[in-house]
Amino acid sequence: MRVSLTVNGKDRADEVEPRLLLVHYLRDVLGLTGTNIGCDTSSCGACTVLVDGESVKSCTMLAVQAEGTEVSTIEGLASDGVLHPLQEAFREHHGLQCGYCTPGMVMAASSLLAEHPHPSEAEVRVGLEGNLCRCTGYHNIVKAVLSAVAP
Amino acid sequence: MIPASFDYERARSVEAAIRLLTERGEEAKLLAGGHSLLPLMRLRMATPGLLVDLGGIRELSYVRRSGDDLAIGALTRHCDLAANELARADSPLLAHVAGQIGDPQVRHRGTIGGSLAHGDPASDLPAACLALGASFLVAGSAGERRIPADEFFRGFLETALRPDEVLVEISVPRHAEAGWSFQKFTRRAQDWAIVGVAAVSDGSTRISLVNMGSTPLRATAAEEALAGGASAEEAAARAADGLEPPSDLNASPEYRRHLASVLTRRALEECAAVT
Repeated sequence: MRVSLTVNGKDRADEVEPRLLLVHYLRDVLGLTGTNIGCDTSSCGACTVLVDGESVKSCTMLAVQAEGTEVSTIEGLASDGVLHPLQEAFREHHGLQCGYCTPGMVMAASSLLAEHPHPSEAEVRVGLEGNLCRCTGYHNIVKAVLSAVAP
Repeated sequence: MIPASFDYERARSVEAAIRLLTERGEEAKLLAGGHSLLPLMRLRMATPGLLVDLGGIRELSYVRRSGDDLAIGALTRHCDLAANELARADSPLLAHVAGQIGDPQVRHRGTIGGSLAHGDPASDLPAACLALGASFLVAGSAGERRIPADEFFRGFLETALRPDEVLVEISVPRHAEAGWSFQKFTRRAQDWAIVGVAAVSDGSTRISLVNMGSTPLRATAAEEALAGGASAEEAAARAADGLEPPSDLNASPEYRRHLASVLTRRALEECAAVT
């Protein structure tokens, strides 16, 4: 089955098995290994990417379902060697410990800020409920997201 | 965990989907947002021979008034229903429940039709539709028919949909003036409800339960107690009468019965507070 889509601004077209999950397409076919696989059961959010600007768990979507969409992964955030403001905020506020959940957290946060440009702290916490950090470093993650809110 | 192999077709219309379902019979499954079906396929608890992807049928995503009802297209995503102004005004319970499902990522993909057609007793929307007295418009090779929510959920993950039928529209009576409540008890924010209760109070009261049996169901004993003049507390004590709730790692049947009573009392009190 042929799938045509845009990934981080580049047009892609590949022949894939219908059962290929989007996360495996990104990692194994395109080599974009920044998107992690955590729980493999739609719970942890480590595999979060944006599809047409909205956060989704790429372990629970077939690559063929992404036909005609624009997919963004953590690799697409920085431009010309300059970190995205959210990435910079996670670094500045130590919003990561082991780092495994971080790509998914950053992508979920970017979707949250696109939908709610000025969230309260409570809204950030609820907005990230689909992402688990097993270092339990939520406090600094929330601080980082709030600091990245445009004034 | 990778699903077993399957054939895949994109349906451009409901008619095309019905045609594919008719050709392939029981081995075909419809795919909407995939957030009920794909997890089961990854566990190989579902191994359909053909997936018919409805995702491209944009005209099945809508919320509009239809007489005294609010009509919702089956492919309306949870996030769109939760944010829809008309839904929030005409069926605040349904819009609220849509916003409580899973987490933002799940709500960006999951659809109301997919959730209802899956018929999971642990899902929130089936119970909400029971409490609201919803009905479902389905289309198949023999034409269209309308199924009341009370007759739709037949067994565990089993509905009244025939193998060649597609759920196309959900109708709920508008209830802007009614009291309503949705109580969901979870261990973690994004989890399935261990027990959930939906209640709508508009002269009479309808109460439905999440995860208290093999199907989403009505708390008929509590409803009858209320109709007979019982207080909220007395009625809530009967919420689990006659039910056989499941046992799993989250809760024993006894604990679920207790939760059903506590959450029903809270739901009835909240219903009374907003009327």
